[in-house]
Amino acid sequence: MTARGKPYRRPMTRWWQRDPFFVRYMVREVTALAVLVYAVVLCVGLVRLAQGEAAWNGWLAALRSPASLLLHAVLLVAMVVHAKSWFEIMPKTMPLVRADGSHVSPAVIRRGGWAAAVAASLALLVLAAWWRA
Amino acid sequence: MADATRTVTIDVLRYRPEQEDAPVWQSFEVPYRDDMSVLQALQYIKDELDGSLTFRWSCRMAICGSCGMMINGKPMLSCQTFVRDLLPGPVKVEALAHLPIERDLVVEVDGFVKKVEGVKPYLMPKVPRTLAEGEYRQTPAQLAQFEQFSSCINCMLCYAACPQFGLNPEFTGPAAIALLHRYNADSRDGGKAERMAVLNAEEGVWSCTAVGYCSEVCPKGVDPANAVNQNKIESAKDYFLRLLPGKGGSR
Repeated sequence: MTARGKPYRRPMTRWWQRDPFFVRYMVREVTALAVLVYAVVLCVGLVRLAQGEAAWNGWLAALRSPASLLLHAVLLVAMVVHAKSWFEIMPKTMPLVRADGSHVSPAVIRRGGWAAAVAASLALLVLAAWWRA
Repeated sequence: MADATRTVTIDVLRYRPEQEDAPVWQSFEVPYRDDMSVLQALQYIKDELDGSLTFRWSCRMAICGSCGMMINGKPMLSCQTFVRDLLPGPVKVEALAHLPIERDLVVEVDGFVKKVEGVKPYLMPKVPRTLAEGEYRQTPAQLAQFEQFSSCINCMLCYAACPQFGLNPEFTGPAAIALLHRYNADSRDGGKAERMAVLNAEEGVWSCTAVGYCSEVCPKGVDPANAVNQNKIESAKDYFLRLLPGKGGSR
């Protein structure tokens, strides 16, 4: 191999702003933090439960505060966005699925993801309503 | 015949190492026809306006993989991208992103070639057969497991689409891993254990964060993101199976 002068390496600064595709990718990554925040909220609840009735009721009261309701609304939206972006990439994360002699299309896999998410959410709501009744 | 009154501005990112330390944009006015590709526009510039413009091309029919470049910021084959779809212009043409520019639109490919060699892209027969024993048989379903991954033309558009490769040039990257998978997924091949070391390495599949843009820009429908990401499962399995007695053996 002969020497060939000085190849120029372009900088990667603000790479994620260069294409709408990268922006959508970053939205997927950032909304994962909403899942983390909600997991922390639930873990705090578990700790408060272990600390006794007064602590548990305090946590329940905190959940009903306007700030908490706003936080939960934001977290819900972020989680729906995260779920959507994950179902978009999901077909790429799986081995090729074959049925009836051809590949199962990414659209079918995506719909399967949504169906599972909707079924799980409905089951949870039904369970919660049944618990309260 | 050419209607010389219709012209389009083509902005080209020039880099002449003997002349400038960093690339500079240069504009050209090019007369165009409806059937003119961006590659033909560049050939017009080289023939009629500036003979020093440097770019790679060969087949003009999206099969050789030589003419990949950033066109209006997206990795494309310039031979199958038409000026008529980019009007009114200007059309911005730049060397493939994430790769070192050697001159004008020509990028350095040495790293990529090394990676392709490194994945052992050839069949290592599971059960060696003599010629007299005949061919290795395969069912259509077995063929379908790797066929799309064998369509790669080494155009490197997927590397120009991969920010993780841009941030870490050591990453084996989409095309090389797709080629690796083409052989690992082949029912006739027995070389998987040897290739797992490439996948398991830090710069193997785990450098991928599933951006997915590589598959989006692939002109051949290879879906390299699928090859990379389904091998995260293989790599994880390989890691845990090694904990079992008598299993594994690859690094």
